[in-house]
Amino acid sequence: MTRSDVQLMLDVKAGDDVSFGLLLAKYRLPLVNFLFRMVRDTATAEDLAQEVFLRVYRARKQYSPSAKFTTWLFRIATNLALNSVRDNRHRQMEVSLDAPVEEDESPVQVPARVMPIDEHMVERDRAQIIRRAIAALPEKQRVAVLLHKYEEMDYGEIAKILDCSESALKSLLFRAYETLRVQLAPLVAQPVAHRAGEGRPS
Amino acid sequence: MKCEDVSNELIAYLDRRANSAERQEVEAHLAGCAACRTRAEEFRKLWTVLDEVPMIEPSAAFDARVRQRIASEPERGWFARLVPQPRLAFSVALLVALSVWLAGRPVDRPASFANAPSEEEQFQMIDHLGVLENFDVLTKSDVLSELPPRATQEQAPAHDEARPKGDGG
Repeated sequence: MTRSDVQLMLDVKAGDDVSFGLLLAKYRLPLVNFLFRMVRDTATAEDLAQEVFLRVYRARKQYSPSAKFTTWLFRIATNLALNSVRDNRHRQMEVSLDAPVEEDESPVQVPARVMPIDEHMVERDRAQIIRRAIAALPEKQRVAVLLHKYEEMDYGEIAKILDCSESALKSLLFRAYETLRVQLAPLVAQPVAHRAGEGRPS
Repeated sequence: MKCEDVSNELIAYLDRRANSAERQEVEAHLAGCAACRTRAEEFRKLWTVLDEVPMIEPSAAFDARVRQRIASEPERGWFARLVPQPRLAFSVALLVALSVWLAGRPVDRPASFANAPSEEEQFQMIDHLGVLENFDVLTKSDVLSELPPRATQEQAPAHDEARPKGDGG
């Protein structure tokens, strides 16, 4: 019989380390991917995902199943990701402010873009454009899209993670998808054959 | 239902989470609104496009790294266990420091209290309360006020002269 996440966590609370290993195995992949889509850096995403598990383990004694386990897990992940994004933005701002000003600086030479001929390269380019468009969304909209589209969470759960009402979430999602529809219009107009079985059924 | 109203329900309609009443309302609107119909179709295509983003695989050492971080966690002290939130701990520490500072500070009395009699003076005043009351009665006495002013002036030196004699004898 498969134990629920809540039961696994209660077992972790009781000192069962094997249950913690099961939760780790189950949520390692979705967490790393969610965090990667948030921070767009593999090493940072892994580091943050490890931090999420560390915090779950640290809080095991105080755990009470008041909400779904995934709500708690992704709430920790969201907070860590947003802090990381803000810290990174702050660091980049400091670097750009501290950078020496060169008066005689010549404009950056951008090499002429070579048209991808390989289909794999086309796919990679498209994925890059999509990631960039998602990353450009406002923080809350980005989290909402990632949890809705890729984690397939229900509205109630996402609303709890984002600390907003379900009605506000629906409006947030509409605005986010509307922005993506406009930003990714060329890709929407020219779809490529995608791998079946990925993401939410449309 | 207007286009603005349908926008909030459109996503729930497309991902099949709208209830039957909401679904019917959206369908009725889409049947008569070409713009919203196009948007709905493009949202469906957008979701297919979003699926193109590949998943990344966590490194092979991921689990071991988590275990390592857990193992290297320092044992939490009694204060950390009592106050699990750093912000709360900081607030408590600040409150304690503020209380200590306020307790050690000299008390500023209002100016009206500066000339107030000390405790000893107040006791002396209570001892002489009878005399003070008599003085008060005499100064406000109608009989004295009815006396002609000259008579009072004339009597006063005589009284003053008489007093040393009395004191001396």
